[in-house]
Amino acid sequence: MSPLPWYVAGPLIGLVVPALLLFGGKAFGLSANLRHACAALPVSNRAKPGFLRYDWRTAGLWNLVFAAGIAVGGFLGIRVFSDPSAAMGLSADTVAALADLGVTDLTGFVPAQLISWGALATPGGALMVLGGGFLVGFGARWAGGCTSGHAISGLADLQLPSLVAVAGFFVGGLAVTHFVLPLLLG
Amino acid sequence: MTDSALRFRQSDGAGDGASPRVEPPIECLDTEQVAPALRPRALAEGNAPLALAVYGLLGAALGLVFTQAQVISWFRIYEMFRFESFHMYGIIGSAVATAALSIWVIKKLGLTTVHGEPIQLSAKAWGGSRVPGARYWMGGVTFGLGWALLGACPGPLVALLGGGVSVMLAALVAALAGTWTYASLRDHLPH
Repeated sequence: MSPLPWYVAGPLIGLVVPALLLFGGKAFGLSANLRHACAALPVSNRAKPGFLRYDWRTAGLWNLVFAAGIAVGGFLGIRVFSDPSAAMGLSADTVAALADLGVTDLTGFVPAQLISWGALATPGGALMVLGGGFLVGFGARWAGGCTSGHAISGLADLQLPSLVAVAGFFVGGLAVTHFVLPLLLG
Repeated sequence: MTDSALRFRQSDGAGDGASPRVEPPIECLDTEQVAPALRPRALAEGNAPLALAVYGLLGAALGLVFTQAQVISWFRIYEMFRFESFHMYGIIGSAVATAALSIWVIKKLGLTTVHGEPIQLSAKAWGGSRVPGARYWMGGVTFGLGWALLGACPGPLVALLGGGVSVMLAALVAALAGTWTYASLRDHLPH
């Protein structure tokens, strides 16, 4: 199954930035929702770190609804408009590299051999799902944004701090892909 | 007067007491970049039911594009970090170019929001750390490690969850734990 071409998908994603700005003066960024969700947890204010003590409804309800919309879009895209048994259309080099790591099941959007409830019981699967999730949550807030906030909004607004953050994203990602995964799975 | 009010707000949050530099109020440090003067109105309007419906629809459209372009695929992220396909780079590059052009047009024409407010993006602060830009590169690398392990960043994570990849629930809980841990350690981390 070939994906929607990059020159269609990219501009459509990019247009979300002016749409949010023109509609409500909002800046595109999704990881702030992790903070809003933590702030919204039913825990007394005294038990929360100061960073999570704010009015999440006025600051972040719009963004949480935006994220809920993404979940609906994901449902439509995966359940209605995708063929779950079709291959991704990955490059041959990537398929070969995955085979070296023992990843042979290339169906679906995530490798079931590594990222699934069953794989959570293995050290590799636990590190990837739980460790990966933890680092995403920790790092996105530390860096003040994620791929949407820095790599799209920030770069588009020519913000130098965002360029530094994006370089960091790639340093971390390259380290995992070229050193950690082969050690973990090889 | 304004200055003391600003200082009060800073000390009110979990600001880093080490640096006397003027930083935006803590809640602006993240992605809520609306200019401070416009925040009250933007916040109020943003929570009207109709506005929320529009944000939900925009999110659904984005989630659908994410899925159809395979941005939410662990395999695509792996392929990207191996430089074995142009696909993800083309998407990110053309998204940035489109957004940059749009922001340029908005600034050039002085466009306002539908409520008539001027559109301003506030600059991201370098922070007062002894290590310049520490939060951006240290936090960035931390995020990158997680991005490649999980094969999903916060947007795609939610799209996968919506599409029934239920193990992403465990990843989401872990991400919330990561955010909470960051919040607890925030004062001890370089920014």
